[in-house]
Amino acid sequence: MNREEIILAIKDIIQTIAPDEDLSDLKTDVRLRDQIELDSMDFLDIVMELRKRYGVQVPEEDYKELATLDGCVAYLAPHMQGKTLKVGV
Amino acid sequence: MPEFPRIVITGVGLTSPNGNDLATYRSNLLKGVSGVRKWTIRHVGETNAGVCDFDALRYQKRKELRRGTRAGSISIFCAGDALADAGIDLATRNRSRIGIYIGTTEHGNVETENQIHEVAQYDYDLAYWSHHHNPRTVANNPAGEVALTFGVTGPAYCVGAACAAGNVGLIHGMQMLQLGEVDLAIAGGVSESIHTFGIFASFKAQGALASHEDPTKASRPFDKGRNGIVVSEGGCLYVLERLEDAQRRGARIVAEVVGHCINSDAADFVLPLAERQNECMRGALARAGIAPSEVDIVSSHATATPMGDQQECEAVRAVFGDSARTHVNNTKSFIGHCMGAAGSLELAGNLPSFDDGWVHATINVDDLDPACEVRNLVMNAPRRLERVDHVLNLSFGMLGINSAVLVRRWRGS
Repeated sequence: MNREEIILAIKDIIQTIAPDEDLSDLKTDVRLRDQIELDSMDFLDIVMELRKRYGVQVPEEDYKELATLDGCVAYLAPHMQGKTLKVGV
Repeated sequence: MPEFPRIVITGVGLTSPNGNDLATYRSNLLKGVSGVRKWTIRHVGETNAGVCDFDALRYQKRKELRRGTRAGSISIFCAGDALADAGIDLATRNRSRIGIYIGTTEHGNVETENQIHEVAQYDYDLAYWSHHHNPRTVANNPAGEVALTFGVTGPAYCVGAACAAGNVGLIHGMQMLQLGEVDLAIAGGVSESIHTFGIFASFKAQGALASHEDPTKASRPFDKGRNGIVVSEGGCLYVLERLEDAQRRGARIVAEVVGHCINSDAADFVLPLAERQNECMRGALARAGIAPSEVDIVSSHATATPMGDQQECEAVRAVFGDSARTHVNNTKSFIGHCMGAAGSLELAGNLPSFDDGWVHATINVDDLDPACEVRNLVMNAPRRLERVDHVLNLSFGMLGINSAVLVRRWRGS
């Protein structure tokens, strides 16, 4: 998956978890939690969806890497190699 | 017995399989409209159930709906509508003096089954077990979700009382008001039980799950052909207040709760016992200081199991057999068994009788079982009375819990 696809993958997961949020103007370099309402339970949902959809296991010590969309891309890129984008799951 | 403050109902919020507000629900009870339909659930397949179609987004955002439980959502809808019906503006109230007391038959089965189903897809790897499991399954979940939604900081918890829970929740709320623990109680019962296959499977295993090719005919208390329970979801919460508080704010008073009783059979896990039901009814009458002959409507619990209906009719005959004034009806024949919501929903459907004088019927009695003959059983069509002053609402449950709530027409003083 390339950068755009990873961002699409993350945004689709967030949209599932936070269906009331408008994600069209999300900035990639600003913390997600500063842009939309996401609490710790939501964050655990994101991690769970990554596990279910892409088989990616994110250990707790790495959660901080997923704070921004840019951070997600940097951290997930090696894990998402060769994976198929799943949106609207 | 000490003198307790008088308690009145000032608001009703409900969702039932045949109506999402009291007016619609009442209208369908008078018109004989069933709310039972075909229902498919995992492992069980096609069966019948009472299903609610309330507007879950009236008080919740989609995200909150996703995070919470069905019982929580039902509770929130009912609480919001009950507060609105009572004309309560929460912004002007001390929310630490509001209590939320919700009766449930069971809670947590739905989420537990869902989680097991989920991890089974991953070979039972518990890495896929949701962090939402505990907050969704704790026994106070429905009440807690109401507290979170409306910012109520007083006591909020659930009362487990099997199928008597709707009555017991109401009684508990009344008692907390009488003790001065709170100034306003949101109380009653809810059920999400149609979303757990286990409850259907267990009733089936017990030989107590209703079957009929026409879902609207499946719930048939007192009929010879009855063959068990139709499981339903639903909820009904009341706003309860001390009479003097309600009068001070000029509230519309729906009815006064004048008597109640909760007792136990101490006899069997599932079988009912007429003798203790009898004592329960008499206990509620004694608390109100009235005779059986002063009760206009007995809202029966009957679930359409062969044994249960018979036992209850025996108890009702023993208490009300000499009362020409007393009429008996049943709500489950329309909406199935709403479990934790049954007691409070069945009472609600009878409250408009104080204004319109009609006793709604029990439907689907094509061939009355002689063992279920009781005086003035209102069968298949509603009956108009000159006046309705007292309604006795019965609700019984497994492990032998019996409950009775007696409400009186508000007489304006």
